[in-house]
Amino acid sequence: MTDTEPLTRDLQPEGISSSLIRTSDESKTNPSGARRSNDRMAAMEEHPALLPDVLVSELFGQTPPRTVRRNRLARWRSDPLTWLFVGPLLAYLIAFMALPSIAVLISAFRDDAGHFTTQYVQALTQTQYLLGLKNTLTLSFFSALIGAVLGALLAWLALGPGSPGWLRRPLLAFSGVASNFAGIPLALAFLMTLGSTGVVTRLLAGAGFDLSRTGFSLFNVWGLVVVYLYFQIPLMVILIAPALEGLRAEWAEAAENLGASRTVYWRRIGLPIIAPALLACATMLFGNAFATYATPYALTSGTVALLPLQIAAVMTGNVLSEPQMGRAIALLIIVIMLITVALYTYFDRLSSRWRP
Amino acid sequence: MRAGKFLSGAALSLFALYFFVPLGSLFANSLWAGGDVYNFSAYSEVLRERGFTDALMLTGQVAAETIILTLAITFPAAYWVNLRSAHLRPLLSALSVVAFIIPPIVLVSGISAFYTGPEWFVGTPHYLVAAYTVLAIPYTYRALDNGMRSLNLQTLSEAAQSVGASWGTLLRRIILPNVRGAVLGAVLLILTLSLGEFTIANVLLYQSFPVYMTYIASSKATGSAALALSALLLTWGAMYLLLNLESGAARRARRTQEAK
Repeated sequence: MTDTEPLTRDLQPEGISSSLIRTSDESKTNPSGARRSNDRMAAMEEHPALLPDVLVSELFGQTPPRTVRRNRLARWRSDPLTWLFVGPLLAYLIAFMALPSIAVLISAFRDDAGHFTTQYVQALTQTQYLLGLKNTLTLSFFSALIGAVLGALLAWLALGPGSPGWLRRPLLAFSGVASNFAGIPLALAFLMTLGSTGVVTRLLAGAGFDLSRTGFSLFNVWGLVVVYLYFQIPLMVILIAPALEGLRAEWAEAAENLGASRTVYWRRIGLPIIAPALLACATMLFGNAFATYATPYALTSGTVALLPLQIAAVMTGNVLSEPQMGRAIALLIIVIMLITVALYTYFDRLSSRWRP
Repeated sequence: MRAGKFLSGAALSLFALYFFVPLGSLFANSLWAGGDVYNFSAYSEVLRERGFTDALMLTGQVAAETIILTLAITFPAAYWVNLRSAHLRPLLSALSVVAFIIPPIVLVSGISAFYTGPEWFVGTPHYLVAAYTVLAIPYTYRALDNGMRSLNLQTLSEAAQSVGASWGTLLRRIILPNVRGAVLGAVLLILTLSLGEFTIANVLLYQSFPVYMTYIASSKATGSAALALSALLLTWGAMYLLLNLESGAARRARRTQEAK
């Protein structure tokens, strides 16, 4: 109502004070306001300046009271401008994200004649797809676990208290790039480092150490873990940095004043506070690894069975299989991603308690 | 304390080794010109390669269209959420998380299952743009939302309108100059995304820049390494610019806060 009825505002001072005055006067001066904002909570929500965000969530909790929710619906319906501004984005996401996902769901359950069938979903239990699932899960889990631990350590060393300040910006810039480093550039970089004629391999051979005798290879799941860490660690740095910065120095000082050692501080205060954020970020890393396609494609050209590669092989016609099979695998990935998002949301909610 | 400093220094050096040795070997290999000869010939050769210009043109076109389309639909939504419809923020945040987490391979599988026509859409670069926009929306929305949230748009808009500014003036003279940093950041992010995206282009058989890079790697590893390194440096420069913009915006925000 602030823009459609400018009349009431012209007489008032600008800024927060104006919204204060308007809230109290609204039901009198504003005819439509009587309908909308006799509910005090809704009025507060419309003027967040009145109430700090923390208080709003304290008062309303995660789910707002029923009355507020009904009011929201009414406002949504009664304000055509909202449709104009937010509508295109929603429509786009429905058209190019929601509907295609539903298409995947439906077509995974339909045979060529259009009848309902579970044959494709059942075919997921074939050895190759089970192996693909196992490999993808192993790769994602370990690259997420190691990436989260090392990434948090790196962020702590480079961004935490006592770290050299000049490291901050270069590290964040590098992390932004490296977390997107994928596909052939990454594959080439590692081939030229740890491949059979790679720089490090030759250096080690010169020192009398044969890397291939240790069983290490870039072209299996464990080799891929080493490569994935190149983007997982930087991603962790980016994701965890805000949480690390949220660890207030006062907490450490207070603990110290009460006689706690560094170890006790970390065990009883630091880690418990940051643990949900660590878990949330690790979940994100897991999802990131699970979705990765370009890097294993460039590095192994399909010799390691991974679900994303298997979908693509079906889609590009590299293997003899029906398109529905690819959609059945896509469905499996969607299910795993949904679980990942649910876990992430849960951990993120836990960690948001400590955000300022 | 000194032992701790030494340990953290050692750990940081190990990280540095892990991150810079592969880049170093990539660089060394891109300079290799057979035998003991090392020069920049791979860089100049790859530029003359057939297909390079086409791939770059295609990627440029897709990037430009994705930037325009993404901003056109995300900017109004982010603006409105910050101005009037704060109650929609949870919905949009949730949607952008979903768009962020959806694997490109699943997205492309869904889009190609759902859209099989019309002809001006399927099989043209527009098809790629449609998919890239979904990938770009989460980054763009986050960047714009963060940029606008620190502004207190409501106060700005009310102040402008109370001195008689029209919608157009408000947008042109108040809103856009203030969110320029956020918009530029979003543009850079979309650009890097389009420059690096491989999955969708490869599956849909488009010869975009990353696909081209992969394709020549099998015949010309040094040329591919040269391209990879150039692209990496470009992205790095863009990212550095982005961080500088952000800290500039933060400084400005702090100044405004202090002024209050």
